[in-house]
Amino acid sequence: MINWIWFFLLASGIVLAGCSDSAPQVTDAILAGARDAVTLVIGLMGLIAFWSGLMEIAEKSHLIKLFARLLRPFTRWLFPDVPPDHPAMGAVIMSMTANMLGMGNAATPLGIKAMEKLDELNSQPGTATDAMCTFVAVTTSSLTIIPVTVIALRAAAGSKDPAGIIGPALAASAISTLAAVVTDKLWRRLSRRR
Amino acid sequence: MLISTMEAISRWAIPAIVLGIPLWGLIRGVRIYEAFVEGAKQGLATAVRITPYLIAMFVAVRVFRTAGGMDLLLRAATPLTKALGIPPEVVPLALIRPLSGSGSLSILGELLQTYGPDSLVGMTASAVQGSTETTLYVITVYFGAVGVTRARHALPIGLWSDLVGFLAAVYICSRLFA
Repeated sequence: MINWIWFFLLASGIVLAGCSDSAPQVTDAILAGARDAVTLVIGLMGLIAFWSGLMEIAEKSHLIKLFARLLRPFTRWLFPDVPPDHPAMGAVIMSMTANMLGMGNAATPLGIKAMEKLDELNSQPGTATDAMCTFVAVTTSSLTIIPVTVIALRAAAGSKDPAGIIGPALAASAISTLAAVVTDKLWRRLSRRR
Repeated sequence: MLISTMEAISRWAIPAIVLGIPLWGLIRGVRIYEAFVEGAKQGLATAVRITPYLIAMFVAVRVFRTAGGMDLLLRAATPLTKALGIPPEVVPLALIRPLSGSGSLSILGELLQTYGPDSLVGMTASAVQGSTETTLYVITVYFGAVGVTRARHALPIGLWSDLVGFLAAVYICSRLFA
């Protein structure tokens, strides 16, 4: 599916540009896109390295295992195929917590860590496991308690009640997370039957 | 009270973690400096590993947007959004959201400036931004980090939950603020 989306974005863009005779702009877009990606990685590199370092301490001191044990009933239901005491479980929980607290970019390295731990349980490298799909589904549905960036933008625009968005955003993201979890569960069941 | 508590938590969460984890490590007798360096080294390798995936996705998204693909998508979606009673102003935000985090933030900023942060459009746009995610980016980075190219059902479910989050935000805001 990613193959098709990637091709669709590129091909439709280039065809459209051909219709409106804006090939030079497309060339600029290619250069700018590639440069932006590298700029982002450079900006993110320090942060990823820093969090990975902290997480190594957390793992060596069994903090992640402790974390995993606390939320075991919930995660056992969400990730039935991950051993409850496996470090992957703790990493997944840490990443989900960071996302819920609205840590944004700080949550990304934790998510990457969780994916690496989940990959240790992967018998077919290169293909996503059920647990990876569930984890990504929960992450992309973004159950956020405090949308920090949005509140900051609203305050900057002169809102009388910048934080007034917390309630509606929390309700909407709870609904979308529920939709993601239910669909994921159904998908698992259907794909197992096949 | 609840809100100020939550804001305090989000402000202090990172410093508290950065103090707490090494402290816990010391108490448990871990050689924290060596462990940190070891982990950070792996982190650098991860950053390099996700780069090709990001380049692929960023170039495609940028080409698509530059050529006006977004506007075309928007025009195609208009009859549907009208029928559902969705404010047309927030539709561009919903379409760009899964593709580009900075793009969606700049659209949200524009909407807040133009319509006011406390208007129906401003509230709806804020709720949409807060309840959806840059799905394509998350999938690119997360799966890129472990070299997974067959993402199976992760992408459809991610896009589906963005759609549900968008519709829920529109509905809730139209009930609360219209």
